[in-house]
Amino acid sequence: MRLVVAFALVAVVATVTTGALTFRAARTDLLQQGQDTVITQFRDGIDSLAPGFEFPPEQSDLQDFATEVAHTQRTANWRVLVTYGEMSATSRPNDLFAELSPAMRESVRTRAATVFQRVATGHGPALVVGIPVRFANTTLVSPSEPSGIAVYLTVPLDSEQGYVDALVAAVERATVPALVVAVLLALLAARGVLRPVRALRRATRRIAEGHLETRLAVHGSDELADLSHTFNDTAAALEESVAELRRMEARARRFAADVSHELRTPLAAMAAVTDVLDEDAAHLDPDTATAVRLISEETVKLARLVDDLMEISRFDAGAADLHLDEVDLAESVRRSLASRGWQGTISTRLPPPDAVRGRVDPRRLDVIVANLAGNALRHGGLPVELAMSVEEQPGAASRAVIEVMDSGPGIPDDVMPHVFDRFYKSDTSRTRTEGSGLGLSITAENVHLHGGTITAANRPHGGAVFTVALPLRRDA
Amino acid sequence: MPRLLLIEDDRAVREGVSLALRRQGHDVAAVATGEDGMERLRSFRPDVVVLDLMLPGMTGLDVCRRIRADNQVPIIMATARGDDIDIVVGLEAGADDYVVKPVQARVLDARIRAVLRRVGGPVGADGMPQTETHGDLSIDRAGLTVALEGVPVPLAPSELRLLLLLSASPGRVFSRQQLLEAVWEHSYHGDSRLVDACVKRLRTKLGEPPGQPRFIQTVRGFGYQFRRSTDPARPASR
Repeated sequence: MRLVVAFALVAVVATVTTGALTFRAARTDLLQQGQDTVITQFRDGIDSLAPGFEFPPEQSDLQDFATEVAHTQRTANWRVLVTYGEMSATSRPNDLFAELSPAMRESVRTRAATVFQRVATGHGPALVVGIPVRFANTTLVSPSEPSGIAVYLTVPLDSEQGYVDALVAAVERATVPALVVAVLLALLAARGVLRPVRALRRATRRIAEGHLETRLAVHGSDELADLSHTFNDTAAALEESVAELRRMEARARRFAADVSHELRTPLAAMAAVTDVLDEDAAHLDPDTATAVRLISEETVKLARLVDDLMEISRFDAGAADLHLDEVDLAESVRRSLASRGWQGTISTRLPPPDAVRGRVDPRRLDVIVANLAGNALRHGGLPVELAMSVEEQPGAASRAVIEVMDSGPGIPDDVMPHVFDRFYKSDTSRTRTEGSGLGLSITAENVHLHGGTITAANRPHGGAVFTVALPLRRDA
Repeated sequence: MPRLLLIEDDRAVREGVSLALRRQGHDVAAVATGEDGMERLRSFRPDVVVLDLMLPGMTGLDVCRRIRADNQVPIIMATARGDDIDIVVGLEAGADDYVVKPVQARVLDARIRAVLRRVGGPVGADGMPQTETHGDLSIDRAGLTVALEGVPVPLAPSELRLLLLLSASPGRVFSRQQLLEAVWEHSYHGDSRLVDACVKRLRTKLGEPPGQPRFIQTVRGFGYQFRRSTDPARPASR
């Protein structure tokens, strides 16, 4: 838009300036020419009449002179004033010659040269000319002496004004179409510039939206075409790098999934026999028994870690499916705790049966509850409390809010931002008794898969609180 | 001593699981391929089959379908992938239950015993007639046989137990969770896919055209019920 305005302004200014300059030059020329003509005629008139002039003049002589000078140009509407000392005569009776300024009289008298002045009168502009009459006889001191007679002339510049008006009209008539054409041309030029610029803007926006395959069509070889070329090269380079990154990421993901998968088979064999080891450890010598128990314990941990890794790699690969089923959420939470023998350890504030029903993936909900509760028992301190409530939202699905609160030391400030990170362990909790280090990330992934939110915070009176909000979809 | 056939291609897993299950008091025969498994099925006549889904050559799914074609022996799938789709496909191919590897021997043992319990013992309230008819479906609770229009319908243990449970209280709605606990004895909850897959297989065997259940109704958001013979057939809600 700014560009269009600028282009149009430039066109207007150029056109108008050209018109104005043309007009001024023409007007000056015209007026100059008219003036020169008048002055020449006037001087010629005086020169032709002056020799037959009585000197010193009587009033009647002055009168005759004025009339005759005026008559040299009958058509031109001349008004003549002749002065000699205190006497004066005008070609028209009782003409006050108001246009004649005292300054002009003074300069005619003193400078002994032709003086003229353009003045504005009530009837338009007029030219006032003053000529001092000199003696032509050469017996007197040369150059000729001023005779003391001054002849003044007033001519209305009507015709010149007419010319000027005509000129203005002509300039206007020429300028307006020129102006229109110039503006149109400017707009066209602006469009020529703007179209590529707009295309560039659109393309940039598309790139930003992730359509890295966007390219500009390049026409011609001007700067804009160069810019488009550069844009295309940049986009291609960007697309290439992103594709490379994605390939690397996919490789890394596949690798993690493959590794977990490959680990599973040996672990399956080991996990199958841990019970045998545990049973027989009692009958072995102490060292061997310790070694056997270690192997058994660590095998179970490793199996859980690999399980969690598989789960995470499924989330990463976008292969995690939601199997929604309408359940009673409070009942579901109660079962999750009961099946792990926690109903005595964790106090609950749950809604009555059938008060909160919604479509969730029961297996994933179980993972969410078990991980948060287990986390509170491991890292927090008793008492641990689990509360569930329903949060009604105007204009949106209501949400089930599950809070798990512990009474431990809380989450340190430096850990808080990383609490859902994978394998993130703060220095204070580097104990190996905790889970795989993936529990909270898996929990968060499960919540997000439901379209819910999960947050961690510290309670004002100590202890941490994890809050999960799950949208309560209903069977239609 | 329950006779158990283990079909598992990985030697270490095969040996480990066999060893552990023998210690748990099972009579174990272990083979490495599906083809060998089909062979041993006839000669060994196991009470239960533990089947790895990821087999070279003939896949676990194929083995499952081949066994089910003429044999109602309980099948427990062991899946290493943990891919949800595998489990569903496996269950629909006729497996009664599944475990995800790696699995501890005592967990597998518990599942095996649970699936074996499904084979025996009457289900339902006492004092019910031993044989009952629901339209052209007759159920013999003592002999544990089911016939449709007089023709015996072979049912796998889970299917039979599910049908006995539902038909014992016609009109009563059972939640998936209740069915899971009663039929599969799963103490953990949430795997309603077992129930859904089993209901699907049962409907097929009872000759119900898809989308028009005659005996087992889906009650949306709650679970399943056995239709009273007096109830009008409802259009399927799924």
